Amino acid sequence: MVANVETLDDFLKTQVLDPWKGPKKVPAAEYFTSGHRTCQGCESAQLMKLMAKAGGPRSIILGSTGCMYVANTTYYSTPWAVPWMHTQLGSSGSAATGTVAALRAMMRKGKMKKEPINVIAVCGDGGGADMGLSAISAALQHTHYNLLILLYDNESYANTDIQVSGSSPYGANSTFSTPGKVKRIMNKRWKKNTAAMLAAGHPDVRYVSTVCTAYPVDAMNSVRRALTIGGPTFVHSLDPCPKGWDYDPKFSHELGELAVETGIWPLYEVEEGQLRMIGRSKRIVEGQFKRKPVREYLRRQGRFAHFIDEDIEYFQKKIDDMWEKWLIPGVIPFAGKLNP
Amino acid sequence: MSPKTATARNPDKPRDTGEHEELISGSEAIAHACRLADVDVITAYPIRPYDTVMQYVAGMISNGDFDCEYIVAESEHSQFEIVKHASAVGARVFVGSSGVGWFYAFEALAVTAGLRLPMVAMVGNRALDDPGAFGVEHNDALAVRDLGWMLCWVETAQEALDTALIAYRVAEDTRVRLPCAISCDGAFLTHSQAIVKVPSQKMVDSFLPPYDRGDKQLHPDNPITIAPQANEDWLMEMRKQNDMAARRARGVIIEAYEDLNKKFGRGGEPFIERYMMEDAEIALVGMGTLAMPVKVAVRKMRAQGKKVGFVRVRWFRPFPTIELQDALKGVKAVGVIDRDYGFGSGFHSGVLANELRAALYPSKNRPKIASFIAGLGGREVTADNVVEITGLTRDAGNGKLDDQDTIWIGVRE
Repeated sequence: MVANVETLDDFLKTQVLDPWKGPKKVPAAEYFTSGHRTCQGCESAQLMKLMAKAGGPRSIILGSTGCMYVANTTYYSTPWAVPWMHTQLGSSGSAATGTVAALRAMMRKGKMKKEPINVIAVCGDGGGADMGLSAISAALQHTHYNLLILLYDNESYANTDIQVSGSSPYGANSTFSTPGKVKRIMNKRWKKNTAAMLAAGHPDVRYVSTVCTAYPVDAMNSVRRALTIGGPTFVHSLDPCPKGWDYDPKFSHELGELAVETGIWPLYEVEEGQLRMIGRSKRIVEGQFKRKPVREYLRRQGRFAHFIDEDIEYFQKKIDDMWEKWLIPGVIPFAGKLNP
Repeated sequence: MSPKTATARNPDKPRDTGEHEELISGSEAIAHACRLADVDVITAYPIRPYDTVMQYVAGMISNGDFDCEYIVAESEHSQFEIVKHASAVGARVFVGSSGVGWFYAFEALAVTAGLRLPMVAMVGNRALDDPGAFGVEHNDALAVRDLGWMLCWVETAQEALDTALIAYRVAEDTRVRLPCAISCDGAFLTHSQAIVKVPSQKMVDSFLPPYDRGDKQLHPDNPITIAPQANEDWLMEMRKQNDMAARRARGVIIEAYEDLNKKFGRGGEPFIERYMMEDAEIALVGMGTLAMPVKVAVRKMRAQGKKVGFVRVRWFRPFPTIELQDALKGVKAVGVIDRDYGFGSGFHSGVLANELRAALYPSKNRPKIASFIAGLGGREVTADNVVEITGLTRDAGNGKLDDQDTIWIGVRE
């Protein structure tokens, strides 16, 4: 056994996955196929399909406990045509780290054929923004490990009966935060700003983005960029959830668009330390698109049915602040100047 | 405590021509085993006293003596989850913890056994918080005793090194595929040095085959789905497979000790050590470094003509029921010394005493069993304590002492 002095090339080699220019350029091959039992209109299942397509066949997917585990993989059936392994609720960061560590060690020592393999760990908002945050943060510090953490955010613990998470929006009705006669609003927490927090807190991470399945080609290209750029990366997707948000499944796509158009869900990417707003969010910042009132988004969902005008006004004010008062609109909340 | 960095290669004693002797601690002995086993992925997280092994590992890697992916995790939960996933990809892994650190990883410990992944861990046994004592108690490792982990306790640094090699061989055997934890008593073994015969790479390679996951490997060439959701329609069959693996481990462990004895000229009897048990009327039973004062006391009492012997339990899982029934047949009374507790358990005994009671129940002419709790939190168990325990055990054998209770030794009332 002789110690191996690694060169930069050894650990920064990734697959080269160029962006697809439009839906017609996207190949037909699917790696997330039939064999799952997700709900009708489930945007997280849509995200899995897009992610698997974007990564292609030489990928390993790790799935932490959540909807995309319980509803996707029922023993004796699997939708995954690429290798997939369950990991614990708080372990998406650890699963990716361990998988990459094994591939690196075994390839370096000649125990496995050398090739770039995509390693993607997916987690829900409970697994990612709540329980698994510390392991994701640790994974993002391994700057020589090529891995992607993909957070599918349906804004509740949706597989266990819709319980409030740190990523649930203010006031949302959940089975753990039910509006009642005395306490109309039980979830008084504002949604955690996970992607920006991770980007700001891990400046060596070369790619962090937010996506929404309402914009599928952008979402796939974001995954491809994250897998190509090298090092640990993070993609946060907002996934409308008919069951948890309480709307007709046919409106999933529309609600995704509304989340962006109302400014509730800003789309951006931080690549090599450079922030870029994407699509409609970019047009909002540039003043070319006027944000729609949040009322249009909130009133479409049963989870906000108990909102009175006062609640909607509060929500609107918080969103206005995001775009008008934050240091970087929709991304970094610190206001003010260092040398006033 | 800062251990010296890993021993650099000595040109006068080339590694591959034979084993060499070194004055090392139990932790360093395990680190040598990791190097010799060519472990691929190791994760560390600091907690005393196990952490010394990772200090030695880090030294070996940074000095170029050992090539593996070495990750300092952000918690024990991540520490164990990382190696769990590395193991699924086909990497040989090593990990470890102590006390509440081991408990912080408890979820990962459960799923690792459920997944039949051959993780090898060192537990530097330590009292559980609170209060936060550093000293040895066995309740940490024992907590996983029913989950599918193989558990062994070692007495010396030499045994620690050899047992780590056995652990990889047994855990990775396709007939077993279960994780294995090697318990090293905190301070008494993790931090105490002794002369250890460090085997050569050639010797280890002749004993330990490479880890090959075959068609269970998680890799794009083998696109399997591991650990999907299974409910009442399949879970019981899966649990039964774990049970069969745990049963098969027994034979594989015996094979490993036979081969180790043949190739290394040491290793002894698998599962238990019998110390001065010929014609013994009173037998003491315990685990780990407790053996040292017990052996001293047994020799002393034998010199006085007292027929006392000692059985050291080396493997707790699989539990050596057959060996213990055999070793203890014919004795009048058995005194079990637990370095752990079982609050509210039957007879208020420690874990070992109650396991032994169950194991001996079907025996003909089963002996009286007296149960003792001693040495908690790293308190020293002296030879005098052992003589006292022996006297009380004799009393239990003669009916002069209630054998349906447990006596705490060396404790202030």
